[in-house]
Amino acid sequence: MKNNENTVNVSTKTLTKPLSKFNLSKFSLHIILILGAAVMVFPFVWTILSSLKGMSQIFVIPPQWIPDPVLWSNYIDSLLAMPFGLAYFNSFYITVIIVLSTLITASMAAYAFARINFKGANILFILFLATMMIPKQVTMIPLYLVMDKLGWLDTHLSLIVPGALFNAFAVFLLRQFILGVPRELEEAAIMDGAGYGRIYWFIILPLIKPALAAIAIFTFLQAWNNFLDPLIYLNTPEKFTVPILLNSFKGLYTANWPLMMAGTVISVIPVLLVYIVAQKQIIEGVAITGMKG
Amino acid sequence: MDRSRPNLWGFLFISPQLIGLLFFSLIPLVYAFVLSFTDWNGFAESSFVGLANYIEQFKNPDFFTAIINTVYYMILVVPIGIAIAMILAISLNKITGKGIYRVFFFMPVVTSSVSVGIIFMWILNGDFGILNQALSLFGIDGPMWLTDTKWVIPSIALLSIWWGLGYNMVIFLAGLQGISKSYYEAASIDGANAFQKFRHITLPLLTPTTFFVTIMTIISSFQVFDQAFVMTQGGPAKASYTIVFHIYDQAFVDFTMGKSSAAAIILFFVILIFTLVQFKLQDRWVFYEK
Repeated sequence: MKNNENTVNVSTKTLTKPLSKFNLSKFSLHIILILGAAVMVFPFVWTILSSLKGMSQIFVIPPQWIPDPVLWSNYIDSLLAMPFGLAYFNSFYITVIIVLSTLITASMAAYAFARINFKGANILFILFLATMMIPKQVTMIPLYLVMDKLGWLDTHLSLIVPGALFNAFAVFLLRQFILGVPRELEEAAIMDGAGYGRIYWFIILPLIKPALAAIAIFTFLQAWNNFLDPLIYLNTPEKFTVPILLNSFKGLYTANWPLMMAGTVISVIPVLLVYIVAQKQIIEGVAITGMKG
Repeated sequence: MDRSRPNLWGFLFISPQLIGLLFFSLIPLVYAFVLSFTDWNGFAESSFVGLANYIEQFKNPDFFTAIINTVYYMILVVPIGIAIAMILAISLNKITGKGIYRVFFFMPVVTSSVSVGIIFMWILNGDFGILNQALSLFGIDGPMWLTDTKWVIPSIALLSIWWGLGYNMVIFLAGLQGISKSYYEAASIDGANAFQKFRHITLPLLTPTTFFVTIMTIISSFQVFDQAFVMTQGGPAKASYTIVFHIYDQAFVDFTMGKSSAAAIILFFVILIFTLVQFKLQDRWVFYEK
């Protein structure tokens, strides 16, 4: 491997380099990556194909790739068997409230930590950082008891309120971003007599939009896919979010693979559609949260 | 004119998150410590039992089963998952069409643990699963992945690697973007080959990212639960019973809240120590550009 493919744009020598070899190594890399991408996506494709088969088709060896006949009725049966629509509504409104509240409360705290020189700021910030180290299983039982005392068990408040009011990671990340905003932008406003509130709202928030978008995406995925909390707090199927409804659906139809696959598709497709539409923003948002974290 | 009272405004701005921090993190943490020294079972009166819950954990065979399973899982997921993600990111970084590949590799990240769990239950089904059918084309008689005590942890690890690959890849890609092209140009002028560049430029300059990904993967591996809960319920014969499973079972199946809290506190310290050791060791291998 004496041939250095990375230097195309550096040395003029590359122009005379045998093009065939250059292309070959890139070509084989593409082949490997295409195979890899196929392996990554295959489970979803296989799930969709399986969801359209009948019980007689699904256990055929060797596997029958294309469902014949195509049984759309699996979807109708799944939707009738479990209140998926309701679960969607629950997941959706819970997640939206959590995301919006997190954006406001976390950016407020982040602004204070980055820009307001108040007593105890350092200690409190260190506390926020330290709590990121606490695995959620440690506070799981006490939180359950707290929810019990508050009368919030089996209500959505048990999911919404902690999600809306506590996100140390978001506070930390947004603070990092606010620290990166040049102070000159605020100084003119301060001269004009603007207070903290106005600076936060009219100067800081617009400038950290990319970070807010990243936090929104990250929080959305976390809240939408949260499994352990609703599993512990919720009992009534009508109050279930999508992940735990799917889990009880699974318990109901063990061995009825076509129906289980249809239920899984119902719960996954909307998220995947959102992902396909907004993939660039989602991936880049996640990259931001990873890099600053 | 509110700038004259920074203390008031500072607290006002942090108050919503501060309330959250107190009620949903700090107070529960202290409460967990207190509970771990009691014999509370969720209903009756509780009494102080000292270190009995902790001693009980170390005598409990389930606790050790849980630790062994979790560590086994971690040994599989951390090195393999990180290596694949890093190689993938480095390959993607130098080719055209990176964006399209990224879409596919990242896709599983957005889906929930339950859905990917169910999907893998079907793929890994011993009798009719597509994986064993594919293996049989090569003359390999695939194991009963999820119902064989020897294969259940590797199966869950396989799922987790697939599920988390896109996330780690994206973090590595971002890390690679941060490496200045000028290093590679200088190395080319000195006649370095592709492997030398990888070994002496990419790998060392990527170590801060590798460090971050390693810490995050180790922490999440200690907390593995959803996949085992959905696919195997900790079985067969507790072969996929993890530490968090142990905490969950004691609290919400046996209602021995005190014991469960003790196990949770032990997990907390194990993660804390692991992370601190990682930070201590980082100056041996993590390279920060000045």
